[in-house]
Amino acid sequence: MADEQGGFSPQTIIDHLKANNVTHVVWLPDSETNFLYVLLQQEPTLELVTVSREGQAFSIASGLSVGGAKPVILIQNTGLMESGDSMRGWCMGMNIPVVLMVGYRGWTRHGVDTDTAATYTEHFLHAFGIKYYLVESDADADRIQVAFERSERTKQPVAVLIGDEFHGFVQR
Amino acid sequence: MFQTADMFKAFAPYRGNAVVIPGRGGRHWINLSDKPDRDVPLGDPAMGGHASFAFGLAMSRPDEKIILFDSEGDILMNLGALTTIAEKDPKNFYHFVLDNGVYATTGGQPVPNAENVQYDVIAKGCGYPSTYSFDNLEDFTNNIEEIFSKPGPVFVTMKVAPEVENTPINQRVRWQKKTRDQTIADLQKDLGPRKA
Repeated sequence: MADEQGGFSPQTIIDHLKANNVTHVVWLPDSETNFLYVLLQQEPTLELVTVSREGQAFSIASGLSVGGAKPVILIQNTGLMESGDSMRGWCMGMNIPVVLMVGYRGWTRHGVDTDTAATYTEHFLHAFGIKYYLVESDADADRIQVAFERSERTKQPVAVLIGDEFHGFVQR
Repeated sequence: MFQTADMFKAFAPYRGNAVVIPGRGGRHWINLSDKPDRDVPLGDPAMGGHASFAFGLAMSRPDEKIILFDSEGDILMNLGALTTIAEKDPKNFYHFVLDNGVYATTGGQPVPNAENVQYDVIAKGCGYPSTYSFDNLEDFTNNIEEIFSKPGPVFVTMKVAPEVENTPINQRVRWQKKTRDQTIADLQKDLGPRKA
């Protein structure tokens, strides 16, 4: 699945956020999405909202969505697992259509986990019944659009797992 | 220390057209409110998130005044949320906190260091430009007009009497008049489309 150039361009994510009329990116910085920050700061149509613990992102996104804005949540898988009750109550329970862009810390394509953050990520999503799509490179990027469409259709959170194997985004 | 019901009675004349999220004391508000479609009595979707929810609503609707009645237990669960709110500086957000010193819905156990925490000082330290603290109804009543004359975010903490519940959650009588879905639908209809 990894494209010839390898990795994932942060501009690809920006393009999908803009194409889906996203208004706010609620996030807590992580190593997998670090390169994205520079581009997000330069994008006038997207407002960045930085939280200090990931559970806050779900209640903020809920308020934004109820008010008619369109947020996405950009966090690491560790923070996703921390956020369980907030995700349940403020997004799932309130029928909030929101895409979760989740840095997949510990993800490897060869299937050998050395990081428990990766070990439990998909089990966690299964437990909550959250549909997810793995994106490893630009070649997989159309799955982001699928996630947005599913989220709108089901009025529920849908996750995009960014499996970029620790080497960070490709800057093109 | 004063009663939550008396606090809401004092607040009611100053509500104007604001959106009100009445929080855990909502049972005392819903019968006073003259704009039920602008009330958001959500109950308790998940503890610790009311401030962030109300803040998100305030950001999405900068032309609407958003008033939250939070609790100190919720604040303690997500203290870091105050820094995000202060950083984004929503001018339309008024953040009231009912500090009863206990987890009233679980039987009245004290919150950590209940007697000594100064929530207004914490909010000030997180960057809220205007903060207030009241331990009696008279002072609160005398300052409401000033509170709403300030641009948000404004933080107001109030020492209120605990109203402890010991009934198991699944046996409690629901005080909300509408479902959560209906509450949101009515609010969205009243607010109308969001300006781009």
